[in-house]
Amino acid sequence: MYSVILAGVGGQGVVLASRLIAQAAMNNGHAARTAETIGMAQRGGCVVSHVRVGEEIHSPLVPKGGADLILGFEPAEAVRALPYLKPDGVVITSTKAIRPVTASLTGSDYDGTEAIAYLKKAAPRLYTIDGDAIFREAGSSKVLNVALLGAAAALGLVGLTLEDLEKAIRERVAPRFVQMNLAALSAGARAVLN
Amino acid sequence: MKKFLMGNEAIAYGAVSAGVNLVCGYPGTPSTEILETAAAINDGSYYVEWSVNEKAALEVAAGASYAGARTLITMKQVGLNVASDPLMSLAYVGVKGGMVVVVADDPGPISSQTEQDTRHFARFSKLPVFDPSSPEEAYEMVKDAFKLSEEYGTPVLLRPTTRVCHGCASMDVGDERERHQPEGFVKDSKWVIFPRLSYQNHLKIEERNPVLGEKLSTYRFNTLTGTGRRGIATGGISYAYLREALGGANPRVLKIATPHPFPEKLALEFLHSVDEVMVIEELDPVIERELIYLCGKHHLPVKVYGKISGDVQRAGENSVESVRAVLSEYLGLPKPPAPPALPELPVRPPVLCAGCPHRASFYAVKQAMRGQKAVYAGDIGCYTLGNAMPLDMVDTCLCMGADVTIAQGLNRVEPDAKHFAFIGDSTFFASGLTGVVNAVYNNSDITLVVLDNSTTAMTGQQPHPGTGRTMMGENRPKISIPDVLRALGVGHVEVLSPFDHKAAVEAVRRAADIKGVSAVVFEAPCIAVSKPAPLFVVQEETCIGCRKCIRELGCPAIVMHGKKAFIEPSLCYGCALCAQICPKTAIIREGGEG
Repeated sequence: MYSVILAGVGGQGVVLASRLIAQAAMNNGHAARTAETIGMAQRGGCVVSHVRVGEEIHSPLVPKGGADLILGFEPAEAVRALPYLKPDGVVITSTKAIRPVTASLTGSDYDGTEAIAYLKKAAPRLYTIDGDAIFREAGSSKVLNVALLGAAAALGLVGLTLEDLEKAIRERVAPRFVQMNLAALSAGARAVLN
Repeated sequence: MKKFLMGNEAIAYGAVSAGVNLVCGYPGTPSTEILETAAAINDGSYYVEWSVNEKAALEVAAGASYAGARTLITMKQVGLNVASDPLMSLAYVGVKGGMVVVVADDPGPISSQTEQDTRHFARFSKLPVFDPSSPEEAYEMVKDAFKLSEEYGTPVLLRPTTRVCHGCASMDVGDERERHQPEGFVKDSKWVIFPRLSYQNHLKIEERNPVLGEKLSTYRFNTLTGTGRRGIATGGISYAYLREALGGANPRVLKIATPHPFPEKLALEFLHSVDEVMVIEELDPVIERELIYLCGKHHLPVKVYGKISGDVQRAGENSVESVRAVLSEYLGLPKPPAPPALPELPVRPPVLCAGCPHRASFYAVKQAMRGQKAVYAGDIGCYTLGNAMPLDMVDTCLCMGADVTIAQGLNRVEPDAKHFAFIGDSTFFASGLTGVVNAVYNNSDITLVVLDNSTTAMTGQQPHPGTGRTMMGENRPKISIPDVLRALGVGHVEVLSPFDHKAAVEAVRRAADIKGVSAVVFEAPCIAVSKPAPLFVVQEETCIGCRKCIRELGCPAIVMHGKKAFIEPSLCYGCALCAQICPKTAIIREGGEG
């Protein structure tokens, strides 16, 4: 059994990523549950998906301290999700900050570096992904979600292989976007293996 | 067949499997995907519509059920307030074809105005209600609800909460499907509600409900498990949190799947077996009050703890941790570990998207009214987000359609101020029309600003009467909002795009100067239903770093890079609003001249 928290900002494809993990797990014969943020928060607000795989799971929400893995789509959102992490859990996060409007208005210089520095201290098993590099390789900013999944699979973390995820992508993603997503999947995998 | 389904999808699959003939509703988080799924998997054997509002939906369904059809109606909890007029009477009149009213509650609340509890509404309207604890149960319960509805000739409520609606689970969904052929309407005086009939039917309902409560004591999802003198009573998603929080522990647990009529017999068996009860439920203390009532009625010396006693949080969502915290005191289970202290993080409230036409509309009104005393009544939809800084253009928000009428009341008290009412296109059709008639006939002095983005944006782009599409895939003539306003007697109606900033400001000024009801209809599609225009870029050498674009618009695509503004290309939609307000015209279309 394992639990994953996916934390990002509305519009980053957090919900799709959680569905892909669950779909891939199901294809491998496991039961899965997810809980997603849908509605008002999706308008540029914090979005968190909970994914749980295994037979004896009741709550769709991961308990605090119960996540084996946090996928951070944005540095501050990865930090915000830390209370969910198990003591020996893994964090994979994009280093690219998304500055909230509130920060721009108040003249805050938030750029994610402090959040990454904090993660390095607080989460010993931390992997970072350069979001900009993924965009350059895959040709879109919309596929960071799948790059993070690629990284998780490459590290052998979610009980899934890259092939499992590739199959789930082909099942769940519109055909014209499949190639772009597969490129992101392998870019994410390479990013953590190098 | 194993499918990975969201609770809302499961409810739709369950209804289709039960042979539903008609599905209608009004969008509202967390209920929306039920009807969307029903439309998506429609093989043509049933009818699906987004009705204009929840009251219309329930009445359409009532007619169909009178004629013997099986009907499913979907809405969120505040939608039931709108539909309560027909529902209260329908509870007396009853139905022929099975009717299941799905009302999704939203503990938290996460996307709602209230934390109201539909279990109370079931009691108030004297209707049976099912309360699923998982998507799998929701699938089964819809089918059970249809059976119960036809057996007793009554509408039945199904009340999932957000975590059931928007939780996904891998589940078995059978391919078997009932085919139900409606008999047709048979004329009978029982379909006409009169005081005499209401009296007779009231008596029947009062006789029926205790019998039904007894029957539901053996319902498969009302359960009594475990051992020990310290009991726990729960229902809905809290049951899932409880199971998780208990780990291997197996105390006496009463799970209530039908909060009304309350399964008294089962609850009594539970109460006789324990000394104390902790009740863990979300929203209101419904189960807790029932148990306290039963203890009083039967003189049972059982202590009942919960929200009323202050042992369980009285508002907001439960979670595995909140349940663990309660149980650590009550059962002596290990305390949940304290979460780590986090550094200060940037707050990230939801905002209007980059390129959202509402930003341009609000900004135009704000500029037009600069220096004047003006009050802005807002409404329900993405445009409620116009209340955030820097726009700060929503002074009131109450319920669907209230912008038009609240502005009228404000103006009666302060006639010297300008009063604006902002309403979206879907809200306009749902509940704005009566308010406009009220304003015109009573000669109110307000300016209506219709934010027409050609869709129901907040809930995910559902069609409405202004879009020209239906859930049966038909194209229908659009109902024109400007024509409707003129027909209702609004003398001054201007229609334009809010993205032509100068013209928009002038139109607002003209409308505000009219004595009486005036209207500006801002037409520009939601970015979710339109293609981006070529992007804008900041010419660094021209930008003086004044931050006006950031300070006044609050667009998520514009940030400062050092001392210069920068437009994030992955977010920009090319709306051109920022380019029109830059004092140095430093913002130009990529590869162009602005």
